Amino acid sequence: MNESGIPTVSAPVDFAPKGRSPWRDARLRFQRNRAAVASVVVLMIIALACVFGPMLLPNAYDSVDWDLMSHPPTRANWHLFGTDELGRDLLVRTLIGGRVSLMVGALATLVSVSIGVVWGAVAGFAGGRVDSLMMRIVDMAYAVPYLLIAILVVTIFGRDILLVVAAIAAFSWLDMARVVRGQTLSIKSREYVEAARAIGVPTWRIIFQHVVPNLMGVVVIYTSILVPGVILTESVLSFLGLGVQEPMTSWGVLIHDGAAVMGASPWMILFPAGALSITLYCANFIGDGLRDALDPKER
Amino acid sequence: MSDAPATKVLEVKDLSVQFRTNDGAVYAVNHVDFELGRGQTLGIVGESGSGKSQTVLAMMGLLARNGSASGQVLHHGRNLLGLSPTALNAIRGDRIAMIFQDPMTSLNPYLTVERQMTEVLELHRGMGRRAARLRAIEALDAVKIPDARRRIDFYPHEFSGGMRQRVMIAMALLCEPELLIADEPTTALDATVQAQITVLLRELQRDFGTAILMITHDLGVVAGLCDDVMVMYGGRVMEHASADDIFHRPSHPYTRGLLAALPRLDDTSAKLVSIPGNPPNMNELPPGCPFSARCRYVQDRCVTTMPLLQRRDVASTALRACHRSVAELDAMEASDA
Repeated sequence: MNESGIPTVSAPVDFAPKGRSPWRDARLRFQRNRAAVASVVVLMIIALACVFGPMLLPNAYDSVDWDLMSHPPTRANWHLFGTDELGRDLLVRTLIGGRVSLMVGALATLVSVSIGVVWGAVAGFAGGRVDSLMMRIVDMAYAVPYLLIAILVVTIFGRDILLVVAAIAAFSWLDMARVVRGQTLSIKSREYVEAARAIGVPTWRIIFQHVVPNLMGVVVIYTSILVPGVILTESVLSFLGLGVQEPMTSWGVLIHDGAAVMGASPWMILFPAGALSITLYCANFIGDGLRDALDPKER
Repeated sequence: MSDAPATKVLEVKDLSVQFRTNDGAVYAVNHVDFELGRGQTLGIVGESGSGKSQTVLAMMGLLARNGSASGQVLHHGRNLLGLSPTALNAIRGDRIAMIFQDPMTSLNPYLTVERQMTEVLELHRGMGRRAARLRAIEALDAVKIPDARRRIDFYPHEFSGGMRQRVMIAMALLCEPELLIADEPTTALDATVQAQITVLLRELQRDFGTAILMITHDLGVVAGLCDDVMVMYGGRVMEHASADDIFHRPSHPYTRGLLAALPRLDDTSAKLVSIPGNPPNMNELPPGCPFSARCRYVQDRCVTTMPLLQRRDVASTALRACHRSVAELDAMEASDA
């Protein structure tokens, strides 16, 4: 603006956007999907509650309320989800259990995605004998009965949360590796990969600079499918008594304990099972939204 | 052909390419010779499957896994065939650059143009990101991308086809290569953009003295850009002569057919002409001239023996591979008309 109040044209404002990445387009499409956005919000609330809830609530996850044992939900002493048969507050235990379940889910997913992407991308890009060898290893790992191995591992090394993570990750990267390899095979034949070779980019750099970013759509989608699976697996292991050690707990453990007294005190299974179900629903909705947003056919 | 150049950037001697397939070996390129001096332009012309693309892919070590090349590709006397991948990577993109047919797919959609351009400089020049960026902006300016300083941060999908091909050219020229291989650089673009790109290549060649190897099936591009032209068919060189000779004194039936098939805007009465028949099946080539099956002037020995690539006459540098003499062809064509 100059003194006369008329906007001058001599100093144009730069409205030009910074380059719009394909990721930004995907984000915009995702934001238009209401169910997915709502699921993100709900999941965030659950995660925040699990992280901060136990700090704000007066009860500890392992302290016993001698007056209120196996009590249904009540406002007394903040037992909003009731108490278990030892008089421990179920709300705090559900939140603490959520911490464990979500952490195991996140950690195991991270590990298996990392291994799966690298393994699949290298196998797919290298092709030939390297590819055959790497994928046969995957096939062999598939043939191993993982529950049996998990039981063995936990029996031998004791119950340790990191062991649970390792046991889950050791098997869940296999699918990721296969999916990534398939995708790499198709990306490998794209012209920009040939163009990269023609400008003298070394192979390892082509894989990580040019192939992996183009895999990310598929990886993100597949991860969103993987997360609920991993959380569920943790619950299965815990339900079988292979998860975390008492008094520490997880959703799977709580459901296991609640199932035993389901007839007399249904709240003991309803709340943790509800939390798990809602989380899994949200994860699946988010996965759905991501799939629509990143659909490779749209590109 | 023009006079022997003072400095030869590239000499290709007896280059052959074959592919192992389930139907047996396919000989995609057979005994191709040519050389290219500084600032020269050679056009390789031919229809799909004539072996023109495989010729340059073999030179660059980019053949598919089941392909193998024999012969020599000498870059300043060093044979590129059989170099280690590391040694090849040092040359590719630096001394010899390549641009591809489809600019829509030869840029990585998930990386900004800046990232893709600076990568070349980081690899070959060891430049830092900031210096590389400035150099990349210069290169984009050189190919006349308006507002390069801002556009360099865009992703490929935000450029039009012609712009993307300009980006590809700018990328190829970043290290000021001696040789630019252009594999049908204008095929995927519309006519006005084609003309712009052709002009651009000519200007860049004038400014940088880059030799260009232009693969195309567009004779208009050839006329506008090339000094020499090599006409290929069925993996063999049919004719190799100066652009002038090719356009005004074509000496091979196939070249003549190609030229006759060019639509003429100035002649409204003309109907569209084509060469009868189909491109050859590379699995079942005759022992003789690959064009014999479609040639109007075919004789028995064409089918059984491959004519040698020979000088058109003693005075000329033009090479042709045909059993019939030019005089013979002229006479037969005259009696046809």
